[in-house]
This record gives sequence, C-alpha cells and structure tokens, in this order.
Amino acid sequence: MKLKAKVLAAAVASLASMGFSATAAAQISGDVVKIGFITDISGLYSDIDGQGGVEAIKMAIADFGGNVNGKKIELVTADHQNKADIAASRAREWFDREGVDVLVGGTNSATGLAMAKVATEKKKPFISIGAGTARLTNEECSPYTVHYAYDTVALAKGTGGAVVKQGGKTWYFLTADYAFGASLENDTAAVVKANGGQVLGSVKHPLSASDFSSFLLQAQASKAQILGLADAGGDTINAIKAANEFGVTKTMKLAGLLMFINDIHSLTLPLTKGMYLTDSWYWNQSDDSRAFAKRYFAKMKKMPSSLQAADYSATLQYLNAVKAAGTDDGDKVMSRLRSTKINDMYAKNGTIRADGSMIHDMYLMQVKDPKDSKTPWDYYNVVQTIPGEQAFTTKAESKCSLWK
Amino acid sequence: MEIFGIPIQAMMSQLLLGLVNGSFYAMLSLGLAVIFGLLNVINFAHGALYMMGAFIAWMGLSYFGINYWVMLVVAPLLVGLFGIVIEKTMLRWLYKLDHLYGLLLTFGITLLIEGLFRSFYGVSGQPYSVPEGLGGATNLGFMVLPNYRAWVVAASLVVCFATWFVIERTKLGAYLRAGTENPKMVEAFGVNVPLMVTLTYGFGVALAAFAGVLAAPVIQVSPLMGSNLIITVFAVVVIGGMGSIMGSILTGLALGIIEGLTRVFYPELSATVVFIIMAIVLMIRPAGLFGKEK
Repeated sequence: MKLKAKVLAAAVASLASMGFSATAAAQISGDVVKIGFITDISGLYSDIDGQGGVEAIKMAIADFGGNVNGKKIELVTADHQNKADIAASRAREWFDREGVDVLVGGTNSATGLAMAKVATEKKKPFISIGAGTARLTNEECSPYTVHYAYDTVALAKGTGGAVVKQGGKTWYFLTADYAFGASLENDTAAVVKANGGQVLGSVKHPLSASDFSSFLLQAQASKAQILGLADAGGDTINAIKAANEFGVTKTMKLAGLLMFINDIHSLTLPLTKGMYLTDSWYWNQSDDSRAFAKRYFAKMKKMPSSLQAADYSATLQYLNAVKAAGTDDGDKVMSRLRSTKINDMYAKNGTIRADGSMIHDMYLMQVKDPKDSKTPWDYYNVVQTIPGEQAFTTKAESKCSLWK
Repeated sequence: MEIFGIPIQAMMSQLLLGLVNGSFYAMLSLGLAVIFGLLNVINFAHGALYMMGAFIAWMGLSYFGINYWVMLVVAPLLVGLFGIVIEKTMLRWLYKLDHLYGLLLTFGITLLIEGLFRSFYGVSGQPYSVPEGLGGATNLGFMVLPNYRAWVVAASLVVCFATWFVIERTKLGAYLRAGTENPKMVEAFGVNVPLMVTLTYGFGVALAAFAGVLAAPVIQVSPLMGSNLIITVFAVVVIGGMGSIMGSILTGLALGIIEGLTRVFYPELSATVVFIIMAIVLMIRPAGLFGKEK
C-alpha cells in the first residue's frame, strides 16, 4: 500500500513537472525561435537581396548571440523563383510543419502579397523587406504585416517630387508592362502633377526586354526633359545603356524610379553620373552604416544594398521584441514591435504604424561624377533626407482599414 | 509626311533599329538551323553559348586586357571548342534517339552553364563598352545611328551570307548536305562523316558566340541574356522552317523589322508579335515558310 502511494506521488510529481515544462514551451514555441526567409535567390532580383540577404540575417543572429532567453535561434531559407505560388506554399509548410515563428519576405511584390495572406491566416508576423508594392500596407494591410524598407509611394514621392522641384517639369515614362511598373508609373505621375509638373506620355515595354532603342527614340521624340524609368533590375540597366549609346542622355535627364546600388555598380559611374534615385539606406551614410558595410564586405566581397541592410535590421528588431515580450507568440511580438522605436544602423527613430509601414527617413541620392568617387563603391551624394512622415502614404491617402 | 499618324522619319528609324535586332535573330537562328539541318538536334543550349561568347569577351578584356577585335575571333573559337567537347562526349550518343532527348540534354547543359555563371557573377551583369573606333554616332538625317549598331548589321550580314554560300554553293557544303541525306553512302566515298558532324556543331555554336560578342557592348553581359532571347529565336526558326539556311536568315531579318514596327504602333504587343506570326505560319504552312514538307 505504501509502495502504491509512492508510485502515485511520483506520477503526480512527474505530471506536474511535465505541466510546468509545457507552459515554458508555450512561451518560446518548440524551444527554438525559428526565422524563415523566402526571397529570389537565383533570378533577376538575386543581386539586391538573395544570398546577401541570407548572410545579413545570419550576421544579425550571430550579433544577437545565437539565442533568445536561452532558446536557440534557427534560420531556414528558400528560393521562391519569383513565383507567388511557390512562396505561399513554402510559407504554409514552414508555419504548419517546421514551426517557423516569423517570416521575412524578400524581393518581388507578387510573392510578398501571397506570403502576407498566409502569415495573417496563421497569425504569425510577416516582415516584408524587398517587395515594393504599397498594397501590402494599403488595400491588403494586415495586423501581422510589417513593410520594412520602402514602397512605390515612397520612391515616387522621393524621386518624383525632388526632380520636379529641381526644374524637371516635363516627364516621359518608360514602364515595365506589369503590375509593379504600372503602379510605379501612376504613383510617380501623381506626384509629378501635384508638384506642378506635366506628363507628356509613356511607353510600356515587355519584362526582360533585350532591346530598348525603339522605346528610347519614342521617348526622345516627346521632347520631355525627364525620362522616368518605371522598371527594375536588368531592364533599367539595359535601358540606361541604350540611352547613353543613342545620345538620349544629352537631351533628357534620366530618373531611375527603383534602383539599387548593385545596378549602379554594374552600369559603372560614367553611364549613370548625375542620375537621381531614392533609397532607404546607403552604406556610406554614417559611421555605424559603414561599420556594418565593412563587416558585410568581408563576407560577400560586395557592399550591401539597402535591402540587405534592412534584412539585418529587421531580424535584430524582431529578436529584440521576442526577448522583451518573453515569448514568440505572434500577437504579443507584433504589439511589442509596434510600441518600440527602431534605432540601429539602418533606421533612426523608426516606428511601425497601424497599417504596418515602418516609418523611417528616405534619402534622395544623386550618382557621383566618376572624378568625385574616391573609393570603390563610393557612388552617391545624399542630396536630401526625406522625413518618414512625408515619404510614405499619409492617413488621408490610406485605404487600410486598420488605420482609420 | 506621315504614315498612319507616325512621322516618316520615326518610321524609317524604327525600321533601321528593327534591322539591327533582326541581324541578331538571323545569326542565332542560322546557327540553330545549321545544327538542326545537319545533326537533327534541337540545340537548346544555343542561348547559353551566346551568353558564354559575351562573357568570354568580357573576361578577355577585364582579366587579360585583350581587346574587342581579338575576342571577336577568340571567343567563338573557344566556344566552338567547348561545343565540340559537348558533341564528342554527350550529344553523339543521342542521334539515333528521338529529338526530345537532344532537346533535354541541351536544356540541361543550358541550366548548368547559366547556373555556374550566375553563382560566380550574379545577375546584374558586367559592363562592356563600345570598342574604340566604333564609338560615336552618325547623323543619317532621319535619325542618329550609333556607329556600333551599323557595324553589327554589316558584320552579321557578311557572316550569314558567307555561311549560306559555303553550305549551299561549295563542294564542302555539298558533302555536308549529302552526309545528312545518306551518311553511309557518303562515307563509302571516303568522307569522314562523324568528323564533319562534330565540326558542324562546333561551327554552329561558334556562330552563337560570335553573336554574343557582338551583343556585349549593346546589352549588359549577364548570365540571363541568353534565356531572354532564345525563345524568340526558336520562334524565328520555326517560322522560317527548321533546317532551312536562307529561310532562317531572311526570317530573322524580317521579324526584327516587324517587331520594330510593332514597337511604334502597339508597344505592348512587341514581345508577342513573333509568336502570333508563328501560330499563323504553323496553321498555313506547318513546315515553315521556307521548309520542305517531308
């Protein structure tokens, strides 16, 4: 009888201890903080994010010490090949089976929108870095989405507004013929008109066009002062190359509406000097950005793009929020993220708004003349800092139901 | 003066630009046609080898300081050699099988080559400037044509018609054509047919590399440059008729011009117009405009 009581007591004790460990596990699910990163690792946007983004996130995890409150941090990565269905199904699989706690989304708007839907359904934070579409925080905003680095509205307000103020009153657009190009053109055209400029016309070119000369001659015939390039990556690069060859740059000024430092590097300064562009970060903008860039360069042999810097920053901010909240529960982490100011080498006094936009300063850059470039990758002059409140969608413009 | 609301000057300049693009199509589809005509292989690796040509030119310049003119000869030779290795070690085992096997193999080779270049050089591409002596532009009255583009048209026309002449009008060409009709008989006359086939493949891919070097100063040298172009080139070959040499040259030039005109009248259609023509041609003449029904 005594023995039975002892066994019973042991059973109760072990049950109790199991119960205790079960509550601990609820704080950090699966005893591990798992970060999932899905981006274009092999396609046309892989230079601006891709493997460099993976490396930046790894640096953030290492800098954080590799664990949160004694629980290990793990990273899983995947290539979405610029296909929205691959991105969405991989995200679903990670949330359901691998216990991923946060999803970081890389380049390509279509994949970003698809992943945001899955994360919202699973009530997990989704931090979109590389996607440009403003729909993520507008029509399709979600309490679980953070749009971290930039959007088409901020690019349009930055470059469009600044160029008109500098005297570029008449515009012609060269636009990639898909959703992103159209929205970039529309957003910019609206800004140009609002600032007293005029849009003389536009021509749509197919995605990954190899020859731009015909389109450029049409643009030149419009006699506009400014040629707005509403496309990205290889298309922008080849358009600029042809514009130089055909002498379009002698009669028109080019404005790249979505350009990254990798594009400038690949085109070289003689072809891009004097161009305006808007970006969220430049490696040579401050001491702490230079310090990060130097460490990154040692690993990747390239300077980081703004997206790669944002990958690093977003990971750190997420881990800080998990640490402060004491849990990786989606809702609790999101409310912690919203109530914390973001201050690191990427953003100063950044805040995450109710619609999910991370509000931070944007920068209008002008590409340097080759003779002013002192060191490798010394490409920009920061001509203007655009305060966050002015750069992004305003409350009056917003179509997000969470921000009313 | 205007045609359909487009000033005639603008029209002329678009025609000329169409001709420039057409010369690239012609050169690439010519290589495909030669390979298909003599080897019966649908060479899907053509785009990747075109890209390799451009990259070798870029490597020559940036690692060894070898100029454009030398690389215009060296790059096709190197890529041609590479093609010969592919033919000797892999392709030759597939001649007796269905076309599909050759297509799959060359497609696999494409993925391999592109993947390698992508992992080494990224996708943004490398700059290659216009060679000295061909910089600047000439004012033709109705447009300003960069001298380099004029050179592209001239060079590709010479190469295309020389190839046509060798294959259709010389004794060597006669051997080649006979070798594809009846290889056993030609071998009986003492001609080394397997060697001939190997060299033909090498020559076909060298043409692709030549086009690649010509393209390097015009578009960014990027691992993706081949795959952006190759589908259109295949459509050109289908329209012209698989295996028809003159057919592929003329179709290449004509489609470049049609594409150029589409860019003026309805730019959104310019990427599709070639495929619409392909569909129509396939309905009316399934063997292609210049092909023979078998």
